[in-house]
Amino acid sequence: MSEAPAAPPTVSAEPAGESGIGLLVRPPRPRAGWRLLPARVAAMCAVELQKLRHDRTELYTRAVQPALWLLIFGQTFTRIRAIPTGGIPYIDFMAPGIIAQSAMFIAIFYGIQIIWERDAGVLNKLLVTPTPRSALVTGKAFAAGVKSLIQAIVVIVIAALLGVALTWNPLRLLGVAAAVILGSAFFSCLSMTIAGIVLSRDRLMGIGQAITMPLFFGSNALYPVAVMPGWLQAVSKANPLSYQVDALRGLLLGTSAHLALDFVVLVVAAALGITAASGLLGRLAR
Amino acid sequence: MTPDTAGAAAERAAADDAVTCTGLAHAFGGTKAVDGLDLAVGPGEVFGLLGPNGAGKTTAIRCITTLLPVPAGMVRVFGHDPARDRMAVRRLLGYVPQQLSADAALTGRENVTLFARVFDVPRRERAARVAQALAAVDLTDAADRLAKTYSGGMIRRLELAQALVSAPRLLILDEPTIGLDPIARTGVWEHINAVRAATGMTVLVTTHYMDEADQYCDRVGLMHRGRIRALGTPAELRQGLGERRRAQGAPATDPPPTLEDVFRDVAGSGLDDTSGDFRDVRSTRRTAHRLG
Ligand SMILES: Nc1ncnc2c1ncn2[C@@H]1O[C@H](COP(=O)(O)OP(=O)(O)OP(=O)(O)O)[C@@H](O)[C@H]1O
Ligand SMILES: [Mg+2]
Repeated sequence: MSEAPAAPPTVSAEPAGESGIGLLVRPPRPRAGWRLLPARVAAMCAVELQKLRHDRTELYTRAVQPALWLLIFGQTFTRIRAIPTGGIPYIDFMAPGIIAQSAMFIAIFYGIQIIWERDAGVLNKLLVTPTPRSALVTGKAFAAGVKSLIQAIVVIVIAALLGVALTWNPLRLLGVAAAVILGSAFFSCLSMTIAGIVLSRDRLMGIGQAITMPLFFGSNALYPVAVMPGWLQAVSKANPLSYQVDALRGLLLGTSAHLALDFVVLVVAAALGITAASGLLGRLAR
Repeated sequence: MTPDTAGAAAERAAADDAVTCTGLAHAFGGTKAVDGLDLAVGPGEVFGLLGPNGAGKTTAIRCITTLLPVPAGMVRVFGHDPARDRMAVRRLLGYVPQQLSADAALTGRENVTLFARVFDVPRRERAARVAQALAAVDLTDAADRLAKTYSGGMIRRLELAQALVSAPRLLILDEPTIGLDPIARTGVWEHINAVRAATGMTVLVTTHYMDEADQYCDRVGLMHRGRIRALGTPAELRQGLGERRRAQGAPATDPPPTLEDVFRDVAGSGLDDTSGDFRDVRSTRRTAHRLG
């Protein structure tokens, strides 16, 4: 519309007119130490949101599986009442478990993604920017959290459509968001840690598949801890997914939960995961 | 000439130089990829690191860019030791790796914005700076297309914009023009030189195109088997070889040697057994593909 006659910017044959690169002469001022981490985390999350905006198919395809779980498994088991759920319909009981599951599947993919980024050369370029490895890993962890959160919202909507009685209390929903993000941070770091050990996409895909199902079935996502055999109870106690599900259940359904313990475990697990993955990230650069 | 250069490099205060390597060595298992590399790149210079496949150019660059761990004292970038202060070194660097690499799922603008963000470009000047970097490599029109729709030459220019957005004092380019057509090659060099003229940045570049090195590099170092074997301005190296040939009895009517002749003289003609192994060929070829 407003054609500036003096300098039509795109038609100009000169690749860089003097006025055109004025800002590229001055290096930016480095951020102070403590502000660096949140800035990097924000940058990684922004990238994740941009990618989701360009291509939403993953969001839809990943909604199919949880929808099937809730629709078939949830409705059937609600009818046959095989699992003691403390008075609530089974589909309500399992909905938080399915939210946690779909978030975990997304997070586990991050190890594969970081190997893909290594192979594509993108990771190496990021490692040559003023971004400490721990900041890069934390950024990826929270990016996984943001993506999982969007997926969780989709599953919550599906569950609500299927008649699950969920809370709409904003404070509780904030807690749900925190639990989803922390859990995803842990699982993405778990898979990035394994990526740093096995170093190849094929091996990681095998391991990823081998651990996600045991993590899911070895948790309280589908059945209460009380009905598990002793050994599975022990597995479930060591499984961060159980604490995430417990928190989600307590917050979404108002059942009794150990919220303080759940969040402590999730925060500690995420911190340990970030530490381990940061330590091993350098192996991917070699 | 290598010992002289090494001595001089060590004596000169390393802080004056853009890059110094002193006896730089790096081995992958039993393979000594870099084996006693001595190098000094002056500020503002365009320095070309040349050498056959497998000479160790990429490995040396990965040591300088902090991607590979190096012992203290071997490398200095504007006085900073990557072994001691990685972050300070990284803040000065713009890096374009040998492999074509941009995030295919993001637009060109988003790719550059990510680098502006991780180099702490403040929000108020971020958009303008990114636009200038994209304009500097002629990508303004394609900026909002996904990078997976770019041609190889466009990805290279996008990578250049990513490297330039932080106004690096040292631009490191590993075979920036591999796989590009002659016009795109000239384009990449013109963009580099335009920014260099304005900023005075130092450029460390590797290439297999001797004509390119001759035309655009102030000085070149010819690497072979992990070490610099010849060092000087392209003209010096050409003249040196011509004089040596005449001293060996070559007729004065012979055409003056080209930089390619110097390359053949240093690297030996044809492939020798330590260079050009399968991995080199594969990694070199991979860069010719558009995206990984
Ligand atoms: N990650 C690695 N693991 C094992 N060996 C490696 C690795 N990277 C490089 N090498 C070996 O180190 C030597 C030097 O490789 P480098 O990539 O530095 O050569 P180059 O000069 O960059 O070659 P080209 O011109 O083909 O890019 C080669 O023998 C190569 O096989
Ligand atoms: Mg190389």
